Amino acid sequence: MKISMRKPVIPVGPVHPLQEEMEYFQLTIDGEIVTDIDVNIAYNHRGIEEISETLQFDQVPFLVSRICGICSASHPLAYVQAVEEIANITPPERALYVRTIINELERIHSHILWAGLAGHFIGYETVFMWAWKYREPVLDLLEEITGNRNNYGNVKIGGCREDIKPDIIPKLLKELDLLEKKMDMLTKAVLDDPILHARLKGVGILTKEDAIKYAVAGPTARASGVPIDVRRDDPYAMYGALDWNVITQEEGDVFAKTVVRLLETLEAIKIIRQALKKMPDGPVMTEVKDIPPGEGCGHVEAPRGETFHYVRSDGGNRPVRHKARAPSYVNVPSFKASCIGEEVSDAMITLAAVDPCYSCTERMAVLDSQTNALICGFEELLRLSREKTERIRKGI
Amino acid sequence: MSWKLWSLKKSPWVFHVNTGACNNCDIEVVNCLTPKFDVERFGIKLVGTPRHADALLVTGVVTRQAAPRLIRAYQQTPKPCVVFAIGACACNLGIFRKGYHVVGPVDKILREVDPNAIIAYVPGCPPKPEAMISGVIKALGAI
Ligand code: SF4
Repeated sequence: MKISMRKPVIPVGPVHPLQEEMEYFQLTIDGEIVTDIDVNIAYNHRGIEEISETLQFDQVPFLVSRICGICSASHPLAYVQAVEEIANITPPERALYVRTIINELERIHSHILWAGLAGHFIGYETVFMWAWKYREPVLDLLEEITGNRNNYGNVKIGGCREDIKPDIIPKLLKELDLLEKKMDMLTKAVLDDPILHARLKGVGILTKEDAIKYAVAGPTARASGVPIDVRRDDPYAMYGALDWNVITQEEGDVFAKTVVRLLETLEAIKIIRQALKKMPDGPVMTEVKDIPPGEGCGHVEAPRGETFHYVRSDGGNRPVRHKARAPSYVNVPSFKASCIGEEVSDAMITLAAVDPCYSCTERMAVLDSQTNALICGFEELLRLSREKTERIRKGI
Repeated sequence: MSWKLWSLKKSPWVFHVNTGACNNCDIEVVNCLTPKFDVERFGIKLVGTPRHADALLVTGVVTRQAAPRLIRAYQQTPKPCVVFAIGACACNLGIFRKGYHVVGPVDKILREVDPNAIIAYVPGCPPKPEAMISGVIKALGAI
């Protein structure tokens, strides 16, 4: 990281009160205008891919649901889909519906959480309190279905661990009606609020060209007019059989991202309602025998965008390689396009607008084992990678 | 009881440090502030700097990069202070026990710099907000 002596630099982090996780931003400014931004992460790196290679296939979902607490249904689902691809398993239809419902409930709670935090970031605590109040019933529903408010641990290779009991379906439908009314009100209130218009419109614009150039995913892309959504483009679970719309906006500013997220919660309620009605009877699990050698990928539209898992098996009882790529990994670099040229006071909400999740993103930290110093230069990484290739070649 | 301890028990201001958590514990901590649980009515308040805090809420395993920052945050907190290790990760590393970038649970790191640190444990993955509130109350009662 270069520190220029002439331009003033504003450090944000690593421990700071707004974002929950540790991360470090360095904003180079000229007067009030941000002219450059640098990000330094890996405070949250825990080495999950490596731990996963020491666990059995059936234990890994519990680990990957702890990659990120908010996407704790999407990561296991992507992993499970990858393993199912290796072993050619087709889960029963009811299990696919249960997965759809849990993933959509997760999307609702994540988007409401973001809307509240966005209010908190711009100092509008009313939105924060309001949104988080409406989020509680969703967590209660999830607790009723899976037994935990977060970290559901419900999907499993070949199906789901817990069924949605028929006797709670009327309650679910009733709660959904109540939630829809509240979300309708919140959406209208947020979208008509003159303060939010003044504060969010035209701020942190990510143009369509930039969105394609940085290959952003999820609501960040859809708010810039790029209609990508794994649920529609490569349907998994039961999304192909349900009727719903991909929400897009053209502007690409923070306001557009808010609109996309809030309207997506309403779409998600629609999806859950259909799924509850169409859900067939039957088991939620199939018998799984051995996982044959092979490799597979799974991808899922998490609340923040596409999350991708790759698993390789050598026929044993644990994965020999497991790779996870979370959506924030592609969304975070787009700060370069959206933040530069903004005022410092708008930088924070622009950074928060992609809903970055660092515990998902931090896949690597390279340290010198003698000095414990961080190595991040390109030259050093290249040298290390060449050395490793040499070692492997000699081993073969 | 010294007046410092007496004042600590009245209205503890807390500072939240994430040292490598999966976000879930953090969200549940923030959840305690929102209308359903609303701990501000008991005088518990989340503050923006460790220098104003009476208690540290530490979530997550301590990773190699986060350990020096945790120690600095602890050193900046006025003593006496209570450290809450929230979640299975902070208490005993939980599922990340074997991670190569993980240097230890919160108590191990803090006891290295201050052997007399007051540490309270709230287990769970994540602990429910009710559990956190009850943990805070029990810890303050035990002082
Ligand atoms: S205890 Fe569980 S919920 Fe809390 S940070 Fe650790 S893995 Fe996440």
